Amino acid sequence: MTEKTIEDINTRIADGSVHVVTAEEMPDIVSQLGPEQAAKEVDIVTTGTFGAMCSSGVWLNFGHSDPPIKMQRLWLNDVEAYTGVAAVDAYIGAAQLSSTQGMKYGGAHVIEDLVSGKSIDIHAISQGTDCYPRKLLDTTLTIEDLNQAIMMNPRNAYQKYACASNSSNRTLYTYMGTLLPNCTNITYSGSGVLSPLSNDPEYRTIGMGTRIFLSGTQGYVTGEGTQHDPGDQFGTLMVQGDLKKMDKKYIRGATFNGYGTSLYVGIGIPIPILNSDLAKATAVTDADITTSILDYSVLRFNKPVLRNVTYEELKSGMIDINGHDIPTSPLSSFHDARAIATELKEWVKQGKFYPTLPVERISNTRVCKPMKQTQDMPMVIDVMPTRITTIKQDLCIEDAAKMIMDSNFSHLPVVSEDDKLVGIITAWDIARAVAKNKHDRLEDAMTKNVITADATEPIDIAACRLEQYNISAMPVIDKHRKVVGIITSDDFSKLMARRRDK
Amino acid sequence: MKFLLFVTPEIIARPLIAETVLETGALLNVDRADIKPSGGEIIIDVPRDKYDEVTAALIKRGAKIIPLEQPVIKDDEECINCGACISVCPTGVISFDEEWCVVMDVSKCIQCGLCITMCPHGALKVVKQNPR
Ligand code: SF4
Ligand code: SF4
Repeated sequence: MTEKTIEDINTRIADGSVHVVTAEEMPDIVSQLGPEQAAKEVDIVTTGTFGAMCSSGVWLNFGHSDPPIKMQRLWLNDVEAYTGVAAVDAYIGAAQLSSTQGMKYGGAHVIEDLVSGKSIDIHAISQGTDCYPRKLLDTTLTIEDLNQAIMMNPRNAYQKYACASNSSNRTLYTYMGTLLPNCTNITYSGSGVLSPLSNDPEYRTIGMGTRIFLSGTQGYVTGEGTQHDPGDQFGTLMVQGDLKKMDKKYIRGATFNGYGTSLYVGIGIPIPILNSDLAKATAVTDADITTSILDYSVLRFNKPVLRNVTYEELKSGMIDINGHDIPTSPLSSFHDARAIATELKEWVKQGKFYPTLPVERISNTRVCKPMKQTQDMPMVIDVMPTRITTIKQDLCIEDAAKMIMDSNFSHLPVVSEDDKLVGIITAWDIARAVAKNKHDRLEDAMTKNVITADATEPIDIAACRLEQYNISAMPVIDKHRKVVGIITSDDFSKLMARRRDK
Repeated sequence: MKFLLFVTPEIIARPLIAETVLETGALLNVDRADIKPSGGEIIIDVPRDKYDEVTAALIKRGAKIIPLEQPVIKDDEECINCGACISVCPTGVISFDEEWCVVMDVSKCIQCGLCITMCPHGALKVVKQNPR
């Protein structure tokens, strides 16, 4: 049984005899030699990933101004940073949006601009105190002018990630990119065979204190990441490194259209092959890593699974869903993940990087809980007005006009003989029909493709739909398509105002 | 070969394309059409050997031709080869090479703009050339 220590390996790095391979090369080696022999021959396996990691940010220290200020609110290029700590410390988060440019520019872009050495405009305000009298500060500086710029990312390097598609009939703009209607494309994230945590899923060598490649410099794992969920193979890491030493090639601000900004972070983790168990773990292939394609058209936390897939299938570029070949897009760069694993391999070979063992192990059993919600989310049925006027489809335009006048509703759901929803008619439809001199049949003037709300769906989701379709009212139907109410944008605004004021 | 046909509102109602097909006998394909009050932008695909004849027939009828030599360009400084753009392209312009670099066969591009919206790094641009 091969048993190496980290000291054995580090001695080999020092004398130049170390054998390093990337996680892409390891599966072949293990299948040829077997895990035992592979563990003898290979000392280190390097991994890599380069993808969007929204839970990233940087602690900045500006040094004191004269007269001094306790920054209470602070903006870098119009992107607000968190200042709820001491006077001139602040945290700029990747997903914070610019107050002037919106989604085009965010914290991630500020971080990229800092790394690129660009000048950043600083604006800070304060109430002023006896010890920090200054109330306003404007200055321009570069990363060189900061005392510290320390990247501290609460959740990076997801072991693997769920893929996204969209079965609805409209385009969705998400953090998984643009999802075209009717499941026309699939997006996925993560580097599969090169994924750091997929190569050490038992957390034998990756833990608190593990030295890593972080965006072009040496950084550290500081512990488990937030939402760490190792049982379901959704483990995450918290990492730290010096932004001043990072390479702009591996720190890239990104905008996901209609969602916001995110930061592409490059992480590479060396896995010391201490024994045959680690050799076996690092022999993982794309075909061994399974994930699910979720339907993002369902606006709930739990989304239906369209099918399960392996990274091998995803990387083939086409996935079959119900007999249709759907093209896939990665959001992470496999090209750069490979570049990171290769660069780390070179660092080790050249004696520039010495791996460490963790000072504390990360839990491999922790479970990620959903949020405890103490207030039930109101459903449409709880808030909709119950008084409702409908009109039968065989009536004429004039009847509808009269009904609108009498009832004070500007939208009338049109129903069939057995009270099922077949259309909707508005005062505007009637005006148009009259103007065109086509004012007999209701059916010709009404909208047939009605956007509806479900009595038992959460109101926020129904409100979202009103906005998406830019309409002002929706009939509420039960499961037999019977109209049970109508809900308007007015109802929603009143309700939202009440909830906010509480 | 693809080109962009621009028709002004005055001639938009004329069956320009049908007339051109009858005159030249070219099997042309309308890839995308965007008709607005300010005029129509239509992407036409023609066999290479009929390109000159077809464009001449259209120009004769008052339409403008914009060749699509560089319909879409990628800024390699900004591109990180993620491939996010691949799956939204309706005509299969974008793909990976063996090294996982993103490559484009721009001759298939119909300037729909979907890849531009998708790209998280602002690396893609549709190029509008001046009419000939
Ligand atoms: S604009 Fe982009 S998505 Fe559209 S056809 Fe051209 S390359 Fe494809
Ligand atoms: S989406 Fe943008 S960054 Fe990604 S491969 Fe395409 S052009 Fe490059």
